[in-house]
Amino acid sequence: MEIDITARPARRHVGTGDASLRPIFGAAESQQKKVPKRGGDDDGGKGEEGGQKLAKKGKELKEEMDALVDEIDEVLEENAEEFVKNYVQRGGE
Amino acid sequence: MAIPKVMGTELEYGITVKGDPDFDPISSCVLLVNAYREDHAGEILWDYDQENPLADARGFQVDGEKYTPNQQENIARNKTLVNGARYYVDHAHPEYSSPEVTNVRDLVIHEKAGERVLEISRREANALLPDGAYMLLYKNNSDRKGNSYGSHENYLMDRRTSFKQIVEHLMPFFVTRQVYAGAGKVGSENRSHPCDYQISQRADFFETEVALDTMVKRPIINTRDEPHADREKYRRLHVIVGDANLSEYTIFLRNGATALVLSMIEDGAITRNLSLRDPVRAIKDASHDPSCTVELQLESGKRMTAVEIQKLYLEMALQYSSTRSLDPITKDVLRKWEHVLGALERDPMELEQQIDWVMKRAMIEGFMQRKSLDWDSPQVQMLDLQYHDLRPDKGLYYLLERQGRAERIVTDEEIQAAIVEPPVDTRAYFRGMCLKKYGPAVFGVNWDSISFSADDEPIKRILMAEPLKGSKVHVEELLQSSRTAAELVKNLRA
Repeated sequence: MEIDITARPARRHVGTGDASLRPIFGAAESQQKKVPKRGGDDDGGKGEEGGQKLAKKGKELKEEMDALVDEIDEVLEENAEEFVKNYVQRGGE
Repeated sequence: MAIPKVMGTELEYGITVKGDPDFDPISSCVLLVNAYREDHAGEILWDYDQENPLADARGFQVDGEKYTPNQQENIARNKTLVNGARYYVDHAHPEYSSPEVTNVRDLVIHEKAGERVLEISRREANALLPDGAYMLLYKNNSDRKGNSYGSHENYLMDRRTSFKQIVEHLMPFFVTRQVYAGAGKVGSENRSHPCDYQISQRADFFETEVALDTMVKRPIINTRDEPHADREKYRRLHVIVGDANLSEYTIFLRNGATALVLSMIEDGAITRNLSLRDPVRAIKDASHDPSCTVELQLESGKRMTAVEIQKLYLEMALQYSSTRSLDPITKDVLRKWEHVLGALERDPMELEQQIDWVMKRAMIEGFMQRKSLDWDSPQVQMLDLQYHDLRPDKGLYYLLERQGRAERIVTDEEIQAAIVEPPVDTRAYFRGMCLKKYGPAVFGVNWDSISFSADDEPIKRILMAEPLKGSKVHVEELLQSSRTAAELVKNLRA
């Protein structure tokens, strides 16, 4: 079956009574920050100039990781030891 | 010629309640599922008459008691949603079975919509809990203490393809596809070798190659033969080997590559014998090796890495596809499959925005480095668990997504719409639209039937043995011309 995804009509939103959920979930793609892909096309070039570029890129990556770690710190559950110890499930399926 | 791969997923979620010393998983699941309200809100039974989970694909019926709850319990544990999904209590877990879809893009949309349905219900349920108590849900597969719950995939297959052939050609694929389908786990369990971090949530739990069981002695290939469709024409391959994935890219590739391989099996296009000497051991060896370099022993005597085995499947898939006109989604699956296997060979960490187990690992390692932690640290175990947390503001997968660190496949708008709209091109459309339009008259539902109780007449059950019929094209006019369920039944008979 041929499915043409571009020709699909936009789906209509129907209220679910939970409009409040949207802003949190609704990190629309356009609002997302773009993080450069690792191992991308730009490998920093060669030579001294390339070395500087690489160092700069390394610094940027570190800053990004630092920012991520800070964000995680804000939301990570406290009392991790207690928390993971108490997470016990019954087997399923 | 392979039949269209109609598919869906069934996800069991982890559940816990904080601040309630009397927490009981089953009553919490019932509370959760019933906290979800849709407009049709009728009391609809799940129609167990149509079920037979004890039929084995190898051609026999297993002894055992079939579960059939009484009516009240049935209604309390089962919800059929207007998007065509089933949302219910399965043992001690809430479970979301997506509606049937025809392509992996729709599959991603509906699996992600399921996450939101669970999160909406969680918030509603919290309002009903005692002060200070709150519920948490996790889209994962293990509590890291030896208890596992499943994420199952279903694919429609041609009954004419022998189950023996399916097993033979699928086993090496299932053992190795975790390299791009794993959700990642800190440590090991179920008496498996100790390790810091492994690729799959589930690999430690597989103890046998082929069997009907899903709860004990879990098999890599499950033999449940319950097609939920015309038995003579179809089988439903019930896949239990997978992990619960959060990454859209991972879900897309997981189901996309699998559907393609199944079509190839139907068309006799698996031309290589890649049988492994010991699949149960190999699935664990591959999982315990995040460098993706460990070699697995083939029956032929050769040794290959999981990525090399996957590359051979890809090579056969490219050859298979070269003689066919492909839809854009399948083309995209092939492109992504090729890209991912290349990256896994160079450096798996290149996939830190695409593949769940790599995304999780990169996040944990970044955190460990900054905080000088090691793999045994409770905080590291917390990061693992919280990656799967369904709360948009707390779940670490969602945090990565907001940060632009998760490559998307679909849009938030599409996911949001799928909470209340069924797919248009399968029988899920008919199911969902009947609930929207004739909700109070619907008496019972199963995947392949819907029954109405209208105007004191005897209950009428409409059978839907063809998963591709009941689509919008087929039934839109019928639904428009039937104002009531009684008229619908009359028009169907005409």
